[in-house]
Amino acid sequence: MPTVAPLDLEGHCVAAVFLGNVPHFALADGAIHRLDNGHKTIQANDGLLAAFHDAANDRLITGGEDGKVFAVKAGGEATDVASAGKKWVTSVAAGPQGAIAFATGKTAFVRFADGKTREFTHPRSVEGLAFSPKGMRFGVARYNGATLHFPAAEGKPVELEWAGAHTGITFSPDGAFLVTTMQENALHGWKLADGKHMRMTGYPGKVKSLSWSVKGKWLASSGAPAAIVWPFSGKDGPMGKAPLELGTRGNTMVTCVACHPSQDVVAIGYEDGMVIAARFADAKEVLLRRQGKGAITAMMWDKEERRIAFGSAAGDCGVIDITA
Amino acid sequence: MSDAQTQIPVTVLTGYLGAGKTTLLNRILSENHGKRYAVIVNEFGEIGIDNDLIVESDEEIYEMNNGCVCCTVRGDLIRVVEGLMRRPGRFDAIVVETTGLADPVPVAQTFFMDDDVRSKTKLDAVVALVDAKHLPLRLKDSKEAEDQIAFADVVVLNKTDLVTPEELAKVEATIRAINPAARIHRTTRAGVALSEVLDRGAFDLSRALENDPHFLEAHDHDHDHDHECGPDCDHDHHHHDGHDHHHHHDHAHPSDIHDVTVKSVSLRGGEMDPKKFFPWIEKITQMEGPNILRLKGIIALKGDDERYVLQGVHMIIEGDHQRAWKDGEKHESRLVFIGRELDAERLKKSFDACQAA
Repeated sequence: MPTVAPLDLEGHCVAAVFLGNVPHFALADGAIHRLDNGHKTIQANDGLLAAFHDAANDRLITGGEDGKVFAVKAGGEATDVASAGKKWVTSVAAGPQGAIAFATGKTAFVRFADGKTREFTHPRSVEGLAFSPKGMRFGVARYNGATLHFPAAEGKPVELEWAGAHTGITFSPDGAFLVTTMQENALHGWKLADGKHMRMTGYPGKVKSLSWSVKGKWLASSGAPAAIVWPFSGKDGPMGKAPLELGTRGNTMVTCVACHPSQDVVAIGYEDGMVIAARFADAKEVLLRRQGKGAITAMMWDKEERRIAFGSAAGDCGVIDITA
Repeated sequence: MSDAQTQIPVTVLTGYLGAGKTTLLNRILSENHGKRYAVIVNEFGEIGIDNDLIVESDEEIYEMNNGCVCCTVRGDLIRVVEGLMRRPGRFDAIVVETTGLADPVPVAQTFFMDDDVRSKTKLDAVVALVDAKHLPLRLKDSKEAEDQIAFADVVVLNKTDLVTPEELAKVEATIRAINPAARIHRTTRAGVALSEVLDRGAFDLSRALENDPHFLEAHDHDHDHDHECGPDCDHDHHHHDGHDHHHHHDHAHPSDIHDVTVKSVSLRGGEMDPKKFFPWIEKITQMEGPNILRLKGIIALKGDDERYVLQGVHMIIEGDHQRAWKDGEKHESRLVFIGRELDAERLKKSFDACQAA
């Protein structure tokens, strides 16, 4: 029977992550809480808007209302790594070789590990950022498509066009596909080798949470009463194939998904605070947490594949131990 | 869950550069009214007040991918409102200041079309600042100036000290011709009482049509004034001679004033047959949506003892029962469209055809 160690906080949880195997919870007020032999807190941004877990460097990159970017490491170290002036930093991402990217308004910045920074301005706002897992390349979600930059080299960016407002962005773990979330209730994808389009529609709500399964075989998504899981193992991605619908509930929506690090299992968080795990092969479900105070907004599995840190819009966070 | 949360009211300030938006904004932020405001601006610029909750954002108009050209939202507002609402304890209301050339429609539609924004906030009113001296010129060079007036719930006619009484009367008549439904306040240095621009409930179906537009009130409505006038009854009326009152118009009155392309169509009738009226209004907003900037109405439905109120922006239309008809209150239906290229005769004919037998 899974057990839940609750951590009741005040405020919207933007990220729940493990750093150095310690669960950390980043709240919208910029406080980073952790359960490290007791409840401890440090302050990052004055107003935290975006966070990205930099797995390679075991740190959390955050951006906020104060126009700053912080790197938070295990043990309670929050370092101010970059500043973009008075405007809000609305998205952050981490890439290869210690590089980070952050965006404010129409400008995306890439800061390399040596502190050198490059600026990329766009005709429209940068809505989302993601690094490709391979090579020094990052993508920007924008109105009417996505833009790919190669920050380590000179040269023109690659423009991928698709009408509509693209709000979030992710590369598949093998770098073959690029997927965006949209203002309308849909995902859009490109096969990068040939620019082929992939339309993933039919959601009743906006998709705000995406998670790639082990080796990128599947892409799980929120935005429906079930976790919608698209097959990406074929060479054309999910085209012509139906997605899995896991953990369907009649009276609430999925708000957050987090795929298991090594198995075809996804943790599904709902608007009413419930968390379950569902297996792709047979759609079998296990209840991990009952309803809470707010919608699940963040989840992450630990490296031992034993615990899930979760956070909600109302601040009732915690750690689920699935083996206990 | 979100439905338990109270919705934060949002006031939209439009108006050309120099019309007095910043002056009004500084007053909203500095006057002692016991409320805290978060302000979304396009440029920090001249706001002389130190406030953590002034957020700069780049105007981003996003067309929705649904084949409807008038379905536009402001992407930047979606993002900023989402960020602000993650820490809701900091403010009681939001003010959105738009740039001089901004189209107010995508701003307003954001609060109806985006589910997240809609669940957490509600549009309170659109306030247009108008420079009395320069309006005639603005109307000549741009469609935006006219749109801002046409779309407003409240018009602050500012800098009245810079024009003659005759010029002022003419400017006011122009505003009234574009938008008979708005309240007009004549001011200098944007000196309007803040209660006249904030917390108006202009998009709140239960309040909007109850309080504001006189044109929707019955003919025998008891005025506290010695003459009939527009809904803006709080200023002195000395310059009103020759003012074109709309109370008695059941037909369109395109302005005779040059450079005005927006007109309004006011319709009135008796009790409506719901089986005819709802399909009709649906069809009108579907077909004429791009031409309709605003619509508001109170409808008497046959066999229904409650008033039905409705309002719309382009193709978005909302309606609900508001309250029971009072004893002795005349069961009358009134509807006004503000827009472009509206066929008044056809609207009137088809509206009349919806009346209950």
